[in-house]
Amino acid sequence: MERVIRKYIGKIEAQGLACRNDLLFLARDADIYANRPAVGSEQELFGVLEGMNCSALLFARLAEPYRSILDEVVLRDDIVAESGCLFPRDAETRTFLHDIPVVDSFSAEAIRSALARRKTAIIRNHGIVTYGGVTPEQAFIFFSSACFTTFVKYFSDTLRGAQQGALSAGAIAGFCRIWQETERVCSVKGMPLLHAGIPADEDAVCAMMAEAGRAVVEAHLVDSCFGNISYGTDDTIFISQTGSSLDELDGCIDAVPLAGTSSVGITASSELTAHRRILEGTGLNAILHGHPRFSVIMSMDCERSGCDRERCYKACPESRSVAGIPIVSGEIGTGPTALLHTVPEALRHSPGVIVYGHGVFTAGRDDFREAFAALQRIERTCMDTYRTKLSALGVH
Amino acid sequence: MSGYTFRSIRIDLSTRTVEIVPTPEMLCEEYLGGRGFGVALLSDAITHSWNAPEMPLVFATGPLVGTAAPTSGRMSVVSRSPLTGTIFDCSVGGRFGTMLKRAGYDYLEIVGTADRLVALEIDGDAVTILSAGELRGRTVSEAAAGYDSSWSTAVIGPAGELRVRYASIMIDGHYSAGRGGLGAVMGAKNLKLIAIRGGGTVTVADPAMLATARDAIMRLLRTSQAVFGEFGLAEFGTAALVDLMHARRMEPTENFRKTLFPQAGAYSGYAMRVRFNPKKTGCAGCPVLCKKIGEGRAIIPEYETVSHFGALNANSDLDTIIEANRLCNDLGLDTISAASTIACYAELEGRTVPPAVILQILCEIAMREPGRGDALAEGSLRYAASQGHPEASMSVKGLELPAYDPRGAYGMALAYATSNRGGCHLRAYPVSHEILRRPVATDRFSFEGKARIVRIAEDMNAVVDSLTACKFVFFAVSLEEYAKALSAVTGRDHDAQSLFRVGERIWNAERALNRANGFTVMDDDLPQRFFREEGSSGARVSILPIDRKAFLAARANYYRIRGYAEELASHEETR
Repeated sequence: MERVIRKYIGKIEAQGLACRNDLLFLARDADIYANRPAVGSEQELFGVLEGMNCSALLFARLAEPYRSILDEVVLRDDIVAESGCLFPRDAETRTFLHDIPVVDSFSAEAIRSALARRKTAIIRNHGIVTYGGVTPEQAFIFFSSACFTTFVKYFSDTLRGAQQGALSAGAIAGFCRIWQETERVCSVKGMPLLHAGIPADEDAVCAMMAEAGRAVVEAHLVDSCFGNISYGTDDTIFISQTGSSLDELDGCIDAVPLAGTSSVGITASSELTAHRRILEGTGLNAILHGHPRFSVIMSMDCERSGCDRERCYKACPESRSVAGIPIVSGEIGTGPTALLHTVPEALRHSPGVIVYGHGVFTAGRDDFREAFAALQRIERTCMDTYRTKLSALGVH
Repeated sequence: MSGYTFRSIRIDLSTRTVEIVPTPEMLCEEYLGGRGFGVALLSDAITHSWNAPEMPLVFATGPLVGTAAPTSGRMSVVSRSPLTGTIFDCSVGGRFGTMLKRAGYDYLEIVGTADRLVALEIDGDAVTILSAGELRGRTVSEAAAGYDSSWSTAVIGPAGELRVRYASIMIDGHYSAGRGGLGAVMGAKNLKLIAIRGGGTVTVADPAMLATARDAIMRLLRTSQAVFGEFGLAEFGTAALVDLMHARRMEPTENFRKTLFPQAGAYSGYAMRVRFNPKKTGCAGCPVLCKKIGEGRAIIPEYETVSHFGALNANSDLDTIIEANRLCNDLGLDTISAASTIACYAELEGRTVPPAVILQILCEIAMREPGRGDALAEGSLRYAASQGHPEASMSVKGLELPAYDPRGAYGMALAYATSNRGGCHLRAYPVSHEILRRPVATDRFSFEGKARIVRIAEDMNAVVDSLTACKFVFFAVSLEEYAKALSAVTGRDHDAQSLFRVGERIWNAERALNRANGFTVMDDDLPQRFFREEGSSGARVSILPIDRKAFLAARANYYRIRGYAEELASHEETR
């Protein structure tokens, strides 16, 4: 258990979400393991764990800019005051988190009550608390998702507020302070050295995928460690398994026959069909899917009125783009409004496509250099576009 | 509170009395429905023999049955098992649960023994006990032939009439309350058939909230490759698992002496799709439709069935597997126990049973033909013990193990041992996270954390079986989403943790009932083969014997987590 805790604390620090001294990670089998002694009100967390049927509990005070973002979101969202919950509109929240309750006091009872209903909660003026129903990894995943989703919500709300002329002086001042920190953590890094050319054999395919997956995580182009990645050969699509971490793909890649002659792909990424259709429709073999934040934020920036906003994510009738990059609707996985119906077609005409509120797909021919570069370029473009838009609206 | 009819039926076949009894609100609050109802209703009778008139046979629906909640058309059948001696529940699909609810009842409890073979017809408020002498010896399909599609039926075949210890109850011909021999309990009551229909509706407290909850559940289901993916259950049925278990080298082969069957591709999901071009069908209220019926009305068997009539018996003949499944369904036999008992017989005979003989033996078992048939009708443990080799029975608490070799998934190993109904994969279903990576992947060759995980899953599945929902849905969904659905249906506030407390209550009640019948920690164990013999290692995968010390340590952790440590201590004192 100590090893597991250490691993995920390392990931949290690597992502810049929190420092180890600011987080308490409790995991248990028959005994409880903690990364450090609880301090002050953190003692309440043992009471939370005691009252829940779960494997792990994670609480963290966030690092900047996430700490300020969380404070601003909770402070300025009118719905929180009414309902006690945040309702981010990105795909991650809509599909997995549903909503995020906000707890006003750092008490075992209040936290337990919130986590009995949802996978994660915000403790006002303190941080984020999550639990792992089966394993400690889930606590990490939901924590990372909550950081991602509040980040996306904050910048989306700020842009919308500026467009509506509804930002207060305090909100603008807060934004300027947060932006400085955000630029620091979100600045797009240089192109890493990645394998070049068609891989020689199956082992080389897997090694190339693992390398590209690590690069995507290190470049902060995914939420937590989750996106998906595939590479097609003549008769097989190699694809990351469902729930696999892109920075730990060794042994977590399924080789799925394109002819459908084996059902081993039952453990493949939920986007297997989308990847296969991209491969078959474009002839591009190396496919990446990540969740770069400003791409997600800009995909949700739409000033059109008269729409049913509850349908944007799955059935937007408009042809939208940001800086020439197509934006399509589509849900995760399967179904009549799934992204597998929209993304492959869009990728036939563009090196990358943004899925509304969700993430980005890119593809390249022989190796992952092209797809990775496109993923980086799209995120950089979206971040620049965001800042330019806000500046034009007088938010400097 | 909505979601319940608050009326149930109690029938005493000895006196031929039918009572309409209120469903106590406390029962609904504390045990939810389905499996929970069964546990509560059996608590006073559990020390009676499985074939005593006093032993109830319960058919119970859950609060979501008959509503728009996904996969809500199931029910539980509960009694004491002739095979294991434990309390035993089967979650079963089809339309019976929905019909029971629409007829206006939450559960049907049957006690007593009829003085001759009878059938039971429930047509809304009209409940009739009929003589069924003409159905004696009839197969399931023959016995149900008189009922059109407006009815749902629960039928036993000759195996149930003759008290084969793993006789099943067949719902609507194809859905099996298969495990544990509850068909023999029905047979012991001289009850051949139950037919039911009803036209009522179930009241939902907050339909809009239920629609929102349903949307959230469906959205999650669509993210699951295992459920709705192109190789998932909706496309291939559970036979989708054949290739996966083969690739993981954990397909039980030749009575668990090996874990890889090179010819498994002959009966894979893909092979059956090509051969039979099956169509989707399934239980009432289910969007997944994992049941597959092929051309010529061929029923595509479940994974457990194809693997056990395949690899476990070293048989690659698909026609034999399909026919064995059909025979089991029509004769009223549990496919897992039947196939495993034949594999045990093959091992003790020192030879492979040819395909045609497999089919012949199934008929001998169902008819309890003197000699081999009668001996094997007792199940693998009693049979193997009668031959002086109880260790050849691959069972826990007498229930034959399904098609996941525990040497390839250590959480599964622990869960087999701790299961309240014996060697069952569905009490905790660690295959979900150890193999299918849902809701999160765990290391299948490690016991680390597994005691806690098994306990959590046991509690969760007790809830799922009591709601009565389908476990496959929980590859993608959690109790969090189903608590919303339940709150919407009942109008009472539920959350995931309050449901977990119900699950824990049900689990502990089952454990207590088993204890009352003499079960101890000694029974929470695996066949010794798994600790001594290596599986079929290869292709960079080692299927080693399970480390006995590590297993016992994980089991001790489990007892501590469950609060059963005293049971272990008292056992060690008496050794």
